[in-house]
Parts: sequence; structure tokens; C-alpha cells
Amino acid sequence: MKIYEKAKVTKAIELSKGIFELRIKTNIAKEAKPGQFVMVYPKDKSTILPRPISICEAEGDLLRLVYRVAGKGTKEFSLYEENEDVTVMGPIGNGFPIEKALGKKAVLIGGGIGVPPILQLSKEIKAKEVTTVLGYRNNDLFLKDDFDKCSNTVIATEDGSVGTKGNVLTAIKEQGIECDVIFACGPMPMLRAIKQYAKEKNIEAYISLEERMACGVGACLGCVCKTVKKDEHSHVNNARVCTEGPVFLASEVDI
Amino acid sequence: MNTKVSIAGVEFKNPVTVASGTFGSGMEYSEFVDLSKLGAVTTKGVALTPWTGNNTIRVCEVYGGMLNAIGLQNPGIEVFCERDIPFLKKYDTKIIVNVCGKTVEEYVGVVERLASEPVDMLEINVSCPNVKEGAIAFGQDAKALENVTREIKKVAKQPVIMKLSPNVTRIADMAKAAEAAGADAISLINTITGMKIDINRRTFVLANKTGGMSGPAIKPVAVRMVYECANAVNIPIIGMGGISNAEDALEFIMAGATMVSVGAANFVNPYTTLEVIDGIKDYMQRNNVNDIKELIGCVK
Repeated sequence: MKIYEKAKVTKAIELSKGIFELRIKTNIAKEAKPGQFVMVYPKDKSTILPRPISICEAEGDLLRLVYRVAGKGTKEFSLYEENEDVTVMGPIGNGFPIEKALGKKAVLIGGGIGVPPILQLSKEIKAKEVTTVLGYRNNDLFLKDDFDKCSNTVIATEDGSVGTKGNVLTAIKEQGIECDVIFACGPMPMLRAIKQYAKEKNIEAYISLEERMACGVGACLGCVCKTVKKDEHSHVNNARVCTEGPVFLASEVDI
Repeated sequence: MNTKVSIAGVEFKNPVTVASGTFGSGMEYSEFVDLSKLGAVTTKGVALTPWTGNNTIRVCEVYGGMLNAIGLQNPGIEVFCERDIPFLKKYDTKIIVNVCGKTVEEYVGVVERLASEPVDMLEINVSCPNVKEGAIAFGQDAKALENVTREIKKVAKQPVIMKLSPNVTRIADMAKAAEAAGADAISLINTITGMKIDINRRTFVLANKTGGMSGPAIKPVAVRMVYECANAVNIPIIGMGGISNAEDALEFIMAGATMVSVGAANFVNPYTTLEVIDGIKDYMQRNNVNDIKELIGCVK
């Protein structure tokens, strides 16, 4: 069940340049699974639509959101202060199918602003072996310390300032990381490359997609992605990212 | 206090429904809204066969509103009859099915298929700005609108609402054409065609280039059009366009709408419909209005 409620901000900080953290006390946290997201509703009524933001951590009744300021809505959120009211809806989406990792070697991949949702996943996943691979632009490694507490973490940076120079796949190949299952979130070029890599290596890969959204509940059909099989709702190979997703088996989506 | 209204013999417990396409077939919002509290549920447009819709990006925000170019993605009438109608029948509300098509024959086909189904009214979408063939072509030419309305009325077993486009020179002329051809009611406005350009990518935001604008920013245009139509025809009007609260809804009712639809505001707050219903009742109580009908078209 989704919850729509007015919640309280318990902490609001700038985590690194342009990346902000919002901690919110909300009942949504109790229901949230890794890979799900919430809708955050701006107060400025000229920005009418809610903003989908991934869940970075959920513990008890506290939700931790880490997001990049990308426009007017997220700019507003970045100015919130402790104790401020914020309207949220969630949890939304299917989340990562963590049961698929049981008894297997799993690699968790986060790229750029796709890093935050991987944190809760790395905390909850139960696999034979887990390696987390994070891709950043430079040495601004936001959330890296949190990852070090819960998993074996490998870093790739575009400028080569930390870890492997290149992207997450360069790091996986360079370090010879083998796996049976991949869970990933990040920019579309990264997800496309992972889909291709997983196909070649015959690895199950679950990728979290992003699309412009309006309602967040599966009604408006704004946020669809092309699928190989007929989708559940419209039977036209266009699944709703907010409802059937955001996590899809890579081989089942046309990206 | 009476909030009941009736259109073409169909009685609604209150004058509030939803704008087609913003509420699915009710299922998605039933987590939040007890559908039995709504005057009616108006469904997402349904065609004779499944429609894929447009490419993404399909939605974007604009100041005080949004643009959409979904392109009427829908599963087709068969899935709709098997899945969506039985779902809605579980609730004590009226069902208005929005019908779309690319040709007169397609509209007629859907309407014929629905003839034996337990739905209360049909709303004909001749005004979607986001599909290339049909749809809006019927809604921007009075002769074509008259023709499609007449053909639909020949086979329809439920009362027919023609949904009008605001993207015309004189909407009252379209209202008259629908009335002349036998429409039982009209609904307006559909979205206003708009465009947003991404100045960083130097291209259109929407894959479809243009999209239909909705949201609070279009409300004054919609109220004006409802008023003009109310003065031009005698058939009932379902008014919509930017309704976010009871005050907005009351403007439409006073301008001449018998019912109102909540659209994009469902995305802003899933409980908007219920808040509008409660707000209308509060207004009536505060102002000693015994019957909602006293307010319909009270502004001359």
C-alpha cells in the first residue's frame, strides 16, 4: 500500500557539490524495499508535479533521500530545513528482486546519481558473495564511506583520480570481477552497456530505469519503457516504469 | 442538502468526476480514494484495438501546469471490458467510458461493443491533440463533429457526451454542432496544445514535439469556454480544466457546468476529488444552498 502524507524533515544537508541529502520521518520508511522510490511534492504551486526520488536508506520510520539538484523542484527541496513539513508518497515501484541473489555471486553497480539506491540494497542483500562497483566523475565520492561499512566496494572514476580510470565496466573487467547476477542503477548509457555485457556473459542483470513521470501511481502512462513482452497494463510492449518498474530484467527491456 | 445532479436521465450522487486519462480506470487511485464517493469515474480513452501511444518523453512540467503527449496508449476494448468494467462495478459510482478512434468506423465499433456492457455513459474523445489521425480532426471541424456524433448516436445504447477541444476559433460553434447531431451532453475543455523547448539540448522536450497543456494555469480559459457553451446550447456540460479545489469547481458550476472533472490535480494530490466534494458541501452549507442545481449557471 502506498502512503501519501505530510512528513517531517529531520535532517537536510548538502552532501557534496550539487548532491543533497534529505532525511524524512515518515511511515513510508517502514514499508520501503531497496530500489523503490518516493514522490516528493514541491510547495511552490508553479511546479505542480511531484519529483520521483530514489530511496537511499530506510530504517525504522526514517527515510534517507540523496538526490541531485536538477531543476526548480529539487532546488526547492535543497533549501528545506530541519523540522520542515514535506509531502511525500510511497513506497513506489517494484524494487530490486533481492531473492534472486540467494546463493549467488552478486555485483551491485551504481553510477552517478544512481549510486544512492544501491546503498539500501547493499545493506539488505544476501548472497554468496557481494561486490559493489561505484562509478563517479571524479574524486567527489559521495556515500563512499557508507558503502565501506557494508560491502566490498570498488571505485571507478571518469578522470582516474580514484580507483580505475573509466566507467564501472572498465573496473569490472580490469579487476576480473565475476558474478552470476547484477543489480544496477545509473545513467542510460551505463545501463545499455551493462545490458550488453550481461548478454555476452550470460548473466542475469536487473536494471533500474528512470523516465519522466507525472502521477507515480500508474494512471497517466507518462513513464513507459519499451518491453520485449506485452506489458501487463496495455498489452502493447510499453511497461510503466513507476508500476511494473523501475527495476527490469535487462533482457526484457528495449533500451 | 442535495448534491445530486442528473444528465440525460443518469443520476450522479454528486457533480464530481475525473478527467479522462488522469485516473486510469480508477484502479490505480483506489488505494487512496473510495471510488464509491465519486459522482462518476471517467475512464482513460479506449479504442477498438490496443494502441501503443507515443515515444517518450511523454510528459513535462510547465509553469503552473504540465504538457502531455501520451498518444492514447490503451489495451483496446476487449481487455477493457474483461478487466476494467468488472473492477469498476464493485463500486457504487457511475461509469463514464471515454472512447477514442481514428475513423468514424472505429468510434462506432467501440460504442457498439459497449452497448451490452453495464456502463452509464460514453464520452467521445474527438479532441485529443496528440494522435496524428482522427481524434482532433473530428473536433476541429463542425461538419465532421456533427457527422461522427450522428453516426455514434445511431448505435449508442448509453447517453453520449462529446468532449470538445479548446483548440478552435469558436468553441460554442462546436457545442452547437454536437447538440444538433443529438449529443446528450458535452464536456470541455480537453487540453490546450502547447510546446516546451529544452534550451540546453536545443530540441523539443516532448518526443511528440507538442503536447496538451493541463493544470491550474489553464483554468480561466476553461471557465470562459464553459460559460460560452452554456450560453449556446441547452444540453448539460461537464466542465474541466485546471480544477484543483472546490472553489475552482464552483466557478465551473456557476459558469454553467452540471458536473466537473478533476484532472491533473489528481497527480498533485491523489485525494483532490474527495476534497473538492467536501469543499462544495461546505460552501453550500455556509451559504445556505439547499440544492446544487441553484448554483449551476447562476452567473449570467
